[in-house]
Amino acid sequence: MPETTLGDLATEVRSKNAGPFWITMELFMRDAEGYRIAADETFLDEDVVAGLYRVDPGSVQIFRIPSLNVVKISYPRAVSQGSLRDRDTHAGQHHVPLAQLVVPS
Amino acid sequence: MTSENADPVSILVPSGMLGAGFPEETITRGIALGADVIAVDGGSTDSGPYYLGASKPKTTAAAVARDLRLLLRAAAGAGIPLIVGSCGTSGTDDGVDWVAEIVAGLLAEEGLSMKVARIYSEQRAADLKEPLEAGRIHPLPPLGDLDGATLEDCTHIVAMMGHEPIAEALSAGAQVVLAGRATDTANAAAYALLKGMPAGPTWHAAKIVECGGQCTTNPRMGGVFATIDRAGFTIEPLDESAACTPISVAAHMLYETANPYLMREPDGTLDVRDAVYTALDERRVRVEGSRFHHAEQHTIKLEGARITGYETMSFSAIRDPLILKDIEGWASLMHVVFTQRVEQTLGLTMEEYDYDLRLYGYNAVLSELDPSTDPPREVGVMLLVRATDQALATAVAKVANPLMLHLPAQDMDYLPSLAFPGSPAEVERGAAYEFVLNHAVDSLTPTAMFRTEMGEMHDA
Repeated sequence: MPETTLGDLATEVRSKNAGPFWITMELFMRDAEGYRIAADETFLDEDVVAGLYRVDPGSVQIFRIPSLNVVKISYPRAVSQGSLRDRDTHAGQHHVPLAQLVVPS
Repeated sequence: MTSENADPVSILVPSGMLGAGFPEETITRGIALGADVIAVDGGSTDSGPYYLGASKPKTTAAAVARDLRLLLRAAAGAGIPLIVGSCGTSGTDDGVDWVAEIVAGLLAEEGLSMKVARIYSEQRAADLKEPLEAGRIHPLPPLGDLDGATLEDCTHIVAMMGHEPIAEALSAGAQVVLAGRATDTANAAAYALLKGMPAGPTWHAAKIVECGGQCTTNPRMGGVFATIDRAGFTIEPLDESAACTPISVAAHMLYETANPYLMREPDGTLDVRDAVYTALDERRVRVEGSRFHHAEQHTIKLEGARITGYETMSFSAIRDPLILKDIEGWASLMHVVFTQRVEQTLGLTMEEYDYDLRLYGYNAVLSELDPSTDPPREVGVMLLVRATDQALATAVAKVANPLMLHLPAQDMDYLPSLAFPGSPAEVERGAAYEFVLNHAVDSLTPTAMFRTEMGEMHDA
């Protein structure tokens, strides 16, 4: 059976700059069951996000919002916005590693 | 300022950005619904440091004029004020003057007479030395303490105004307010606060409407209309086929915010943790329970950008599977040969220039964060060079040119020719900038850092 990703269980996964110094992303889960999986701290926590994006786990903020079936993640951007090594000015494509995270079977 | 008997205030927001365009019906419908004020954001830092650093607008004058013509006509016709925040993208003094010039031209063309206020928010580094030395400038995460040299390095510094300077201009009779850098919410909040609406619902409504139709089920269709009263606010889309739902409205608090519950404004903090979103019907949402905690110390956030160098770009492309099967090996060889050639020909070491080699179609966007390693079908190779001046950056990029054209795969015993998309190969990008300020000033008064110029009525 093919693996299921967070993106498979979501209506939308998106990322964006939040001001010049932060990146924020949201998992809009399809239903309460998808939300339960995405919001499970034993599956998705600050350390997992830090591993996906190579940032300090202490700088990662996670907001779990059951009323919207949303998990929101924010962290300071590692590369200065618009600088020589910034390849995503609006950080609009940074959700992909999160969306492709395989959920526990 | 809050008053018990004040009438509700209705805000028409045509779009998330002046110059982005909106259907004409958005305005006629908003006016018919009884708008008391039109508010629109003219700027943002979202597109990076160039627009502040160079003090240039992101939008083109024709697009801004097209939107403003409709907004000025509507405001004049209905006798309601028009407020534009963060003029000219970054809100520098040039940006305010640029929009003011467009407005003056349109008023003359349309035969309208309106009193225009310009609020300038640009700061001189020298003027910020005193608060810096007095310990009145504090870093906001993730940045650290500020030093005077960083201020001096900035080509432009703006202070983000809250609602107060805008409300003051409206009180003084302004019918059109063109504000320099302002918080995204200040332009929509100012009139309602002036008319005595409570801060909680007002700031929350202002946040929800700041991106226009983004809080609706069809973000591409026109603007939104919010009515603020003593107990909360009601919001609806101006396009009749679109809808606001409790989810679409609540979800907008997530957009471009690091924290979805608490949002700092100069005057305090919006707190939506207890906000309740209720559908009034199929396309209108009622929001109650928003709170605002007034801060003991009013603060003004600074934004500043400095030049990091000058950039030249070169771009070529690879389609041959014999190279693409080990594109990482090709890139490694490029790094070695390129840096050697720069040292041989220009005598430059890596300390004197910098570059980024990006493999578009392979992993340029996410680089080492990319979860996929699938072989690409074609790859665009972008070489971005930065040096202390433009001529040097271009010289470095030209040294790479034969390699961008002929560098073989590591196991090839002949020279391939790669696909340049055009001639010339190099594109000079001019000065490159970075944001260096994310600091808040303990303000002496909410308006002290801003300068308002009240224009005369234009004669019809």
